Amino acid sequence: MKAIISIELYKIFRRPRTYIAFGAIAALIMVIQLGLKMDGHSYASFLMKDINDTLTVDGKVLNGYLICYILLQLLLVHVPLLVALIAADMISGEANLGTLRLLFTTPYSRTQLVMGKFIAASIYTIVLLIWLAFLALFVSMWIFGTDDLFLLKSNYVVLIQEKDVLWRYVGAFVFASFALLTVTSLGFLMSSIANNSIGPIVGTMSAIVFFTILSTLNIPLFAAIKPYLFTTHMNNWKEFFDIKVNENNEAIYGTILNVAKIKTSIIVLTLHIILFVTASVIITKRKDILS
Amino acid sequence: MSVIQVNGLSKHFGALKAVDQLDFSVTEGEVFGFLGQNGSGKSTTIRMLLSLIHPTSGSIELFGKPLNKYRDEILEEVGAIIERPDLYPYLTAKEHLQLFAKLRNKHVGENSIQDTLVKVGLADRSKDKVQTFSLGMKQRLGIAIALLHNPSLIILDEPTNGLDPQGISDIRNLIKQLAQQEGKTVLVSSHLLSEIEQMATQIMIIHKGKKVADGPIQKLLDPNKMIVHIKTTNDAQTLQIILSGSFSNYLLQRTDGIYLRLPDYEIPLLNASLVNAGVGLIGVETRNSLEDYFLQVTSNTIA
Repeated sequence: MKAIISIELYKIFRRPRTYIAFGAIAALIMVIQLGLKMDGHSYASFLMKDINDTLTVDGKVLNGYLICYILLQLLLVHVPLLVALIAADMISGEANLGTLRLLFTTPYSRTQLVMGKFIAASIYTIVLLIWLAFLALFVSMWIFGTDDLFLLKSNYVVLIQEKDVLWRYVGAFVFASFALLTVTSLGFLMSSIANNSIGPIVGTMSAIVFFTILSTLNIPLFAAIKPYLFTTHMNNWKEFFDIKVNENNEAIYGTILNVAKIKTSIIVLTLHIILFVTASVIITKRKDILS
Repeated sequence: MSVIQVNGLSKHFGALKAVDQLDFSVTEGEVFGFLGQNGSGKSTTIRMLLSLIHPTSGSIELFGKPLNKYRDEILEEVGAIIERPDLYPYLTAKEHLQLFAKLRNKHVGENSIQDTLVKVGLADRSKDKVQTFSLGMKQRLGIAIALLHNPSLIILDEPTNGLDPQGISDIRNLIKQLAQQEGKTVLVSSHLLSEIEQMATQIMIIHKGKKVADGPIQKLLDPNKMIVHIKTTNDAQTLQIILSGSFSNYLLQRTDGIYLRLPDYEIPLLNASLVNAGVGLIGVETRNSLEDYFLQVTSNTIA
């Protein structure tokens, strides 16, 4: 298994396509960081305009922590599309290239080969997420400095002390890894069905868009299925930034408002990963390699 | 010892019987020529031997073990190329061999990789990416991957595709050497029947998924059953002579000339009969190639 994983990683990181995602994330983050560095105060004033009459905020609102939060809100929706570029190509890409038959005549079972490929694709996803975390969090902290994190929610504001923020980002990125691994496993499932590269990539992206729409639509018909859709849970990394308050409405240091919601989301996402990967293994094992 | 033993092997794709009740065996150290027209079921059979396609029915044993139970153990001793030499365009020839060496439980060192590259004539292009290779060079690299781990059984599906005459000759000699000097068993399919004729010891021909002929090549190409094409000054009279005498049993039903399948000792007798009847013999063309035999058993042109 170790040999398969190392070979699959070798193949992933030798392909030019792999670096599109790293380049795209770097370019997007740098553009946003540059924009906020040049004209961040106008942006902050715009955000604060509705509460300036009732609240006075001291300190550096536009700090590295807030920039990271803004970046994650913008990017975590799009990163799944970049993940799909690789994950949805893992099996079908080889079928399309014709190398799948070379691989499947080696003395490893199809289950081992599929699992090796999935683990390699998952490592790629995690590396991509670490790259995102490095640029969005650490580079932003370096450029903009740090202070308390001030977040404007739909009908309330959250103020988290500076020393209470970093672990929440660690938690958010760990949670995001579950969300992105769900996308990886979905792409992988699509990849095991098709014999060409484009179909599974488009299929994965379409499935994400389709289920995201279902998750966000407030139509009673879909209310029953929404809790079971992975897209409903993918954005719950934000729960790490909702904090409990005491009777004086003061934030309680080191707390999370809704831990149960995070746990439920992780369970739902994990079940989706298991389901998609198991289906991929079964489909690939039964498949006749005709390419 | 039978290295390959196939019994009642069938593969159906819906209503299509791609392979239908195939039985054959390949003995150790043999070069087994596997022939058939396009779409006859050769590649499907080869893919079933390599566990790429699941048979509808029948059994496959390699090295005396059932393939469905001992797949991983069996494939450790098998090297194969299947149809086209499809490879990773962004990797070099050497990287391909290093990659596939890792996927073998046997230790394959750098020396073996270098030796294999020399064996297939790619040593000087080992550091070039495959995307710069010609079809023939890719085919050589495909063969190198098949030979890399020193397998006991080598399955080559159209190994001379895309090769120039020198390349074809090199591969033919390599296959002969593998069988004769290294005792490997080689199953090779090719459209180049003359190549199979030069290297195979046994052949099997399949047509529409069914076996139509098999056996030692010398036995199948019996010199006593040559195809004779005769050209005379009077074809109508010649036909009358043939049909009225003992030669009628040898006549083949063809419209493009007079063809007979007859033992070589009968040719002078036929010649004498024609001369005695005053028919001038312009020429006698005798054919006994694998191609003729192949066409005879796979088409209705020669009955």
